[in-house]
Amino acid sequence: MEKWSLMTITVLLALTVRWAVSLGSYSGAGKPPMYGDYEAQRHWQEITYNLPIRQWYFNTSDNDLLYWGLDYPPLTAYHSFVCAYIAKLINPDWVALHTSRGYESQPHKLFMRTTVFVADLLVYIPAVILYCFSLKETSAKKKVSSALCILLYPGLILIDHGHFQYNSVSLGLALWAVLCLSHDWDLLGSVAFCLALNYKQMELYHSLPFFCYLLGKCFKKGLKGKGLVLLAKLAGTVLVSFAACWLPFGTDVEQIMQVLRRLFPIDRGLFEDKVANIWCSLSVLIKIKNVISPRTQLKLSFAVTFLSLLPACIKLTVQPSLRGLKFALVSCALSFFLFSFQVHEKSILLVSVPVCLIINEIPFMATWFLLVSTFSLLPLLLKDELLLPYAVTTPAFLAVCLASFSILEKTSAEDLQLKAFSLSLKGYVSWFKSFPRIVRSLFLLSLALMGVLSVLSAAAAPPQRLPDLFPLAVAVVSCLHFLLFLVYFNVVILWDSKNRGQKKIS
Amino acid sequence: HCLLVMLTSTSQWLGIARSPGIMHADFEVHRNWLAITHNLPLSQWYFEATSEWTLDYPPFFAWFEYVLSHIAKYFDPQMLVVENLNYTSRATVFFQRFSVIFTDTLFIYAVHECCRCINGKRAAKDILEKPTFILAVLLLWNFGLLIVDHIHFQYNGFLFGLMLLSVARLCQKRYLEGALLFAVLLHFKHIYVYVAPAYGIYLLRSYCFTANNADGSLKWRSFSFLHVTLLGLIVCLVSALSLGPFLVLGQLPQVISRLFPFKRGLCHAYWAPNFWALYNAMDKALTILGLKCNFLDGTKIPKASMTGGLVQEFQHTVLPSVTPLATLICTFIAILPSVFCLWFKPQGPRGFLQCLVLCALSSFMFGWHVHEKAILLAILPLSLLSIQRAKDAGIYLILATTGHFSLFPLLFTTPELPIKILLMLLFTVYSFSSLKSLFRREKLLLNWLETIYLIQLVPLEIFCEIIFPLTSWKQQFPFVPLLLTSVYCALGITYAWLKLYVSVLTERVPVRQKAE
Repeated sequence: MEKWSLMTITVLLALTVRWAVSLGSYSGAGKPPMYGDYEAQRHWQEITYNLPIRQWYFNTSDNDLLYWGLDYPPLTAYHSFVCAYIAKLINPDWVALHTSRGYESQPHKLFMRTTVFVADLLVYIPAVILYCFSLKETSAKKKVSSALCILLYPGLILIDHGHFQYNSVSLGLALWAVLCLSHDWDLLGSVAFCLALNYKQMELYHSLPFFCYLLGKCFKKGLKGKGLVLLAKLAGTVLVSFAACWLPFGTDVEQIMQVLRRLFPIDRGLFEDKVANIWCSLSVLIKIKNVISPRTQLKLSFAVTFLSLLPACIKLTVQPSLRGLKFALVSCALSFFLFSFQVHEKSILLVSVPVCLIINEIPFMATWFLLVSTFSLLPLLLKDELLLPYAVTTPAFLAVCLASFSILEKTSAEDLQLKAFSLSLKGYVSWFKSFPRIVRSLFLLSLALMGVLSVLSAAAAPPQRLPDLFPLAVAVVSCLHFLLFLVYFNVVILWDSKNRGQKKIS
Repeated sequence: HCLLVMLTSTSQWLGIARSPGIMHADFEVHRNWLAITHNLPLSQWYFEATSEWTLDYPPFFAWFEYVLSHIAKYFDPQMLVVENLNYTSRATVFFQRFSVIFTDTLFIYAVHECCRCINGKRAAKDILEKPTFILAVLLLWNFGLLIVDHIHFQYNGFLFGLMLLSVARLCQKRYLEGALLFAVLLHFKHIYVYVAPAYGIYLLRSYCFTANNADGSLKWRSFSFLHVTLLGLIVCLVSALSLGPFLVLGQLPQVISRLFPFKRGLCHAYWAPNFWALYNAMDKALTILGLKCNFLDGTKIPKASMTGGLVQEFQHTVLPSVTPLATLICTFIAILPSVFCLWFKPQGPRGFLQCLVLCALSSFMFGWHVHEKAILLAILPLSLLSIQRAKDAGIYLILATTGHFSLFPLLFTTPELPIKILLMLLFTVYSFSSLKSLFRREKLLLNWLETIYLIQLVPLEIFCEIIFPLTSWKQQFPFVPLLLTSVYCALGITYAWLKLYVSVLTERVPVRQKAE
């Protein structure tokens, strides 16, 4: 069958799944007084439509920052403004100042879901399709299956169309950036990434790899001639994009400082809720929050984060390659997720989307990671009553990946890109003979563990003394998996040999 | 094949993911039947009338609901109280939807069996191009079935599973099993009596007369009394099991009146796209024309709206009114040629399938109070034929697309709009591209007229769903979108029916019988 009809079917399937999940519950449904992210987005539409720009980020009588104050950069605010404009045309009650707090109704839910759907359709999905079509040295069928797997990734669908957020916009823009860089359109790529950054500040997790890659490219071109020109052009592009986004705020330093303060709430603690990162997991053993002061916590987390991502970034600057960029995106974002400050469990999506990009190179590990990342979102999904969509989409995703890539057969050292690494460990050659089987059994074990924990979290009641047992168990298990993945990805990056031209590249 | 199972399970579970959605009337119907069969003794089943949704399926289905109700009580006992009209709860919804998904496993098995016995064209290397794969997807992901079963809520998957399984058994020459399955099916849902003639004639011709002459005509001497007795025994046994208790209780007339409610009107509230829809439309058009030209007296015309409410009796104004007997006669005349064809020119299972589809379609065209869901009775068996010959594939595309489009009014709420459009597009794109690639060496499947007709469905849909509700006509003529959809689809379905008939009647029988 032709490529285009297959791709159309894939997209239609993806859209159907998204809309089906939309019919379910959303974050904070029917839970006054604070509700959830859905109400936050609605509130931002109310704020941006009714108040002048200068008041958006400030605590005024009209704008109570404690009730879902705006804490994303300006592009989110502009997007909310556009949505509010359309909302006003349909039903002004939805965005009336003050009186529309906690507004919930079927038509309104339909409207909000449609905004997410449209944003996804316009930004994220085209990026994925074009990316898959531009994959080199893969058959048409493989391209379509990659697209199918990426588009069916449950985590993004459940968070965006279930819990209710607009991650697909920022992630889509980052994807466009990678796409542009893969065609050597550096300036366009930088613009796309700046837009992504100005949509959600969490994209900073991805900023270092982009920076190192472009810097490395400039170095390669020679710092005296073309490299310097490129560097200047890139710097200029970045500045111009930022200026364009922040234009309405003018040169008022106070405004900009307030926005920054809202974007980076340093006075909050090291972590909130149960999130699958190191600090939360360590707190099971030692109560870090009580041991170290907040300032030291900040410094410690920054130090560990940067230490863990340094090797990959240095390698990328020295040897800029697209493959290196993609892997570096994964490992940097994962380092940030594991060790950084005030991380939300939803930030795992920032790691998952780059992993989706390499799904056709290491299908087995990518599928495994994506399953774990979806699993780590389980406590959040349970809170939002999204258990059913989770229970449906995750096995479906596994089934699709199994069918498209026959991942269980691709567990050898070569398939996992560990050939070079294993060659360096000449002493352990005998251990590597049964490597595929060990890996496969580990995978099945991990799946079983995740399945059991999912069922327990959903069905069983936790013991009285440990009310947070299940969320914590999910977080710790996910964290352990993520640590192993971090090691794995770093190994792959660092042992990536220069002469890949002879071997098969994807 | 495990791939296929995975595919279907995803589709089934997608259905469950949609389940927090919207309630439809059929949901309450089945809840009521669960309650009735659980609480009341057998003698009351067909007399119970607390709810407007009385039991109008044959006894086997009632027993099926009875079995289900015993499992239901573990989910939510409240749903089994007869007085709890329109009762819904999370557990109820979950249980009902899950029961549909669970019973669909029979459908999956039946599709598997069908794929095994249907030999498509040359085997392709790519699994996506294998005829069996295409057939499996066309059946398992059939848009109509998905919509009707999982969203609108019915148990058709499992019933069609029975039918497809009986077809598969007949194709595999396991005649007795096929007959048994069909008899059982009849007592589950009597709508399948539409295709009973095909079964009867085929079994008579190919099973009771065990051999043919050299030129393919009937060898009267080869009549086998044994086979006839066996068949008769099966049918009687099954009927006895099902209707026996009611016969003993003397309730047979009541059961029959419930099963065949002729008091309902010629057409459902939304006209099924059959011949009578065109007839009604013609009547209305002539009425308007007559009024304008003053041939008719405006005061004498009843104001009955044909699309209001559940069921309506109405009289035609210009053309003669239609009685149930008339529809029966029309249906009988319509199926006669195909039955004769099956008798005189038997071509084995393929001929049987053709006759089956034609019987189903003809009954759809001329039946009394036909529901638009009945089009699935024709579409699903036609899928089996579509992967074998290009001509059938073309007819299938027309029939499936218009038939599915005519199911759109079943889902009328706004949240369901994207779902039905996306699923319809999914199925249509897939069926077109897969059948086109399967028959790419032959000429085009559809000619330009047919293509234009199908493309016109898009503007029609846009008009009905988007433009019309925003105009002022919505209050005055609320039935216009339904009327347009119904009439337009009726044209397509009639065309497909005629084309199929022509192709069956003009088919030249090969001198040597080929085993198909």
